[in-house]
Amino acid sequence: MNGAADAVLDQPLLWLVVTLLAYRLGLWLRERTGSHPLAQPVLVAIVLVGALVVLLDVDYASYADDTALITFALGPATVALAVPLHRQLARLRGFVLPLLSAVVAGAVVSVAAAVGLVRLLGGDDLLARSMAPKATTTPVSIAVSDTLGGLPPLTAALTITAGILGAVAGPGVLGLLRVRDHRARGLAVGSVSHGIGTGRMIVDHPVEGAFSGLAMGLTALVTSVVAPLLVALLL
Amino acid sequence: MLLGLTWLLACQLAGELVVEATGVPVPGPVVGMVLLLVVLVLRDPPDDSPVHRTADALLPHLQLLFVPAGVGIVAYAGVLRDDPLAVAVALVGSWLLGLGVVGVLADRLGRRTRVVDEPGAAGGAP
Repeated sequence: MNGAADAVLDQPLLWLVVTLLAYRLGLWLRERTGSHPLAQPVLVAIVLVGALVVLLDVDYASYADDTALITFALGPATVALAVPLHRQLARLRGFVLPLLSAVVAGAVVSVAAAVGLVRLLGGDDLLARSMAPKATTTPVSIAVSDTLGGLPPLTAALTITAGILGAVAGPGVLGLLRVRDHRARGLAVGSVSHGIGTGRMIVDHPVEGAFSGLAMGLTALVTSVVAPLLVALLL
Repeated sequence: MLLGLTWLLACQLAGELVVEATGVPVPGPVVGMVLLLVVLVLRDPPDDSPVHRTADALLPHLQLLFVPAGVGIVAYAGVLRDDPLAVAVALVGSWLLGLGVVGVLADRLGRRTRVVDEPGAAGGAP
């Protein structure tokens, strides 16, 4: 590679700008396709930037360093989920027990099904332990995976994939299941696809976004408690 | 905007401190979300308060914030390739089951208080 190209690739701002542009392209694509489910900005940007990182043989650790500003904003953005929730607080009335039952059942089913299916398909113990907490938000899934004796980087990849699945297919699947209550739709996507799914629901409908964020938080709590018990039981 | 961001970061900091002190197994920002909710309920600020405006600016772009982590999948694609069938089927299967259980259960149990307003957002083909 020649000197000029190296000079560009060495710019610390390069990957921050490339990531923002790829996301921008994703937004444009979503608009142009009339919000086609596959045109999720997060998916478009990951595919584009991922391809570039591989093609240019960029070290992931240095990419992560250069885009730390974006990742940093995840903290305050998660806190900000209290705002849509506060706006929908009245919709919690008479719904607290249904909500808690559904989220707890969902967390148990997510973990048990992940472990059970991996075993059924002949996957190894390590894969089962790594997949068990994949429905929760990434920092929790990584921590739980570590406790369970899983492989945290594998768990991170599975968690992000589950999130993208929710952003792309969650609302469609719920439509097929005739789940029409906006609260239930938000809860379902937040329970299995954490922040990435919530990112889609917030754009789709304010009630769905609020309940998705709530489900994400509750699922993190429930999963960290029940996953070790379930895995001990099933493996 | 800056004042709103200060509120968010202060709640996150308080959340991190609560996690550190109690060992509750959730991330600091999630506890921070609960703390901000308490603040909002207690103070009941108008809908165009700095916190509201900052949240409304930040949250539509929540997906952007996961891009760097997502690019990491590419970096760790090797581990996913070990057992592709088991990985794919177990991932999609357990995701579907979890989604269905929460959605259907919450929909049925919440029927008495259900809200199906604004048409257009529900349904939709995959």
